[in-house]
Amino acid sequence: MDFLIFKAPMLMVQASLDGILLGILFALIAYGMALQWGVMNIINIAQGDLVILGGYIAYTIYLWGIHPAWGVIISPIIMFFVGWGLYKLVINKVVDRDLFISILATFGIAIVFQQLMNFIFGADVVVAQSEYGTTMLFDNSVTLPNSKIFSAFISVLYAFALVIYMKKSRLGRAIRATAQNARAAKILGVDTEKVYAATFGINAALCGIAGALISITLTLHPYVGLPYTVRSFMIVIVAGLGNLPAVAVSGMGLGLFEEFADYILGTEFRIGAVFLLLVLILVYRRFKLSKKREYLK
Amino acid sequence: MEKVKQKDLILYSGLIILGLAAPYLFSAFKVQLTYLCVLIVLAMTWNLQGGEMGYNTFGNILFYGLGMYLTASVQVGMFFPLAEWTESGGEKTFVHTTAQYFQGIGVGLLVSAIIPAIIAGAIGYAILGLRGHYFAICTLGLGIAAGEIAGGIEIIGAGQGFTTPPFPAEIVDTEARGKFFYFLSFALLVGTFVFVKYIYGSRFKLILNAIRDNEDKAEAMGIQTMKYKIVGWMCSAFFCGLAGGIMGGLIGYIDSTDVAFDGREMGVFMVLMAILGGKGTLWGPVIGATLFHFFKEGLWTLILGWQYVALGVLIVVIVVYFPEGLMGWLREKYPEKFGEVIDDKDRKAQVELK
Repeated sequence: MDFLIFKAPMLMVQASLDGILLGILFALIAYGMALQWGVMNIINIAQGDLVILGGYIAYTIYLWGIHPAWGVIISPIIMFFVGWGLYKLVINKVVDRDLFISILATFGIAIVFQQLMNFIFGADVVVAQSEYGTTMLFDNSVTLPNSKIFSAFISVLYAFALVIYMKKSRLGRAIRATAQNARAAKILGVDTEKVYAATFGINAALCGIAGALISITLTLHPYVGLPYTVRSFMIVIVAGLGNLPAVAVSGMGLGLFEEFADYILGTEFRIGAVFLLLVLILVYRRFKLSKKREYLK
Repeated sequence: MEKVKQKDLILYSGLIILGLAAPYLFSAFKVQLTYLCVLIVLAMTWNLQGGEMGYNTFGNILFYGLGMYLTASVQVGMFFPLAEWTESGGEKTFVHTTAQYFQGIGVGLLVSAIIPAIIAGAIGYAILGLRGHYFAICTLGLGIAAGEIAGGIEIIGAGQGFTTPPFPAEIVDTEARGKFFYFLSFALLVGTFVFVKYIYGSRFKLILNAIRDNEDKAEAMGIQTMKYKIVGWMCSAFFCGLAGGIMGGLIGYIDSTDVAFDGREMGVFMVLMAILGGKGTLWGPVIGATLFHFFKEGLWTLILGWQYVALGVLIVVIVVYFPEGLMGWLREKYPEKFGEVIDDKDRKAQVELK
């Protein structure tokens, strides 16, 4: 263990900035998860793998010589159809079933995705170079890659666009109506089947954006999807469904936690710390809820 | 429990004789048979959780991995310094004598059964309070966190793995190693089966089922659900730890995420096998594990490289189309064989309802 971070306050600034910028990205993925959890009552274990797939799409266009930043436009379009297809193929059969069935089914999808990505893109760690340079702050003691700032900016942009879309558009209103009461929405003429497919598609598209951003800020590897799923799950259960400001704040909180855990515990325990935090949050939540139950008695 | 029927007696004695004769009949497949025994044990203990109690766990892999590390650590640590063993090539500098090896593995297995059970009891109160999918995700997190953390701890080999003590070289018989691990795992299988069978005839199973069907109601009926849930989990942990210990010795090498806390393979297999056979039945996991093992061994080599794709597709297909498993399907088709009497009026009424 290394407590360098407490000796050099500048490292704290560095970790905080990194954490917040990273957290905004996590919040975007979590927003997608909250959307489909709220509307379809499905927990998608393949969420992280959709993210990585989106990242690989951006990486592919980078290999073709196009700037990877275009991935934030191309990748969501492709991913929307991937999500739509996935819904038509598997998800529509698990929507009204036990939640555990959806967990297991999406777990199976996750394994398939991981392996296919491993075949197509290889098992190496890859990164798409954006060549945006870095910003130096505080006498060059804090370095901030411009790509991270770019990714946070794009995430915020897309999140706002989505919120406005959900509020104003016809499909957005249909989605919200279905989330409130699927049966009533059906009676009033909403094609819930289409709404579900669109929701899953939008979720996949959000994953695509996040993946494209990850391809330029972090690294891609076929098997790193699950941590993203767990992160977004964590953010959603802390923030609640359909509460965007809370999702953003808890996303940033998670980003901060991770960066600090990285400095304090060491990089090898980073993923372990994320999963342990998940367990701790769930256990905390369980004791909070059980108190409420006792009170109700 | 009612007295064992004659038909059952023939079946069980036949199976035991088959089990005892198997390593001589299929001499080349001893390792596979050992795997099969361990897989059945894992599926049966998962079934106690997921099938009977309704708590679908991905976390039994935690106890399996713990058992693996504990057995190996005790086996080494009893006679040699553990840190030097794992540092580099310890198995070449220090050599277990025959007596040391068997003492070590005996004590190691004992520890690997008891400590996971204690850990299950200790964390049970916090974890088993979670319901439904929260429990599933939490246990998934536990298993992966354990793997990641074990991969960072130096004394058990960290990322480069832990070589378990090799089988004593003084035993000249080349078949001895395979036989030893087979009979060990077969004994474990028989022990687990007898235990689970005993549970199936007891009040404990009814309580677990009550928890599965409606936990709040069970609580309202005066059952201390938490106590039973923890005991159920401890039973699973006990056998999972033992299974892990045996597997560690058999494989001979422990890696934190690929062998011990192997959520991607073992952790999924045990769920899949139980569901394939039919969860909530005594024989379902046994049949499911056997079928799965045959399928896996038969196809894995044919579709080399694509096996995980096949596994993923298999999971989706089984979960989406056969959530009741083989036994559930049989039960629906031939309810009479399962001792369920349905008269024609009832059946007609059900058809009309559908």
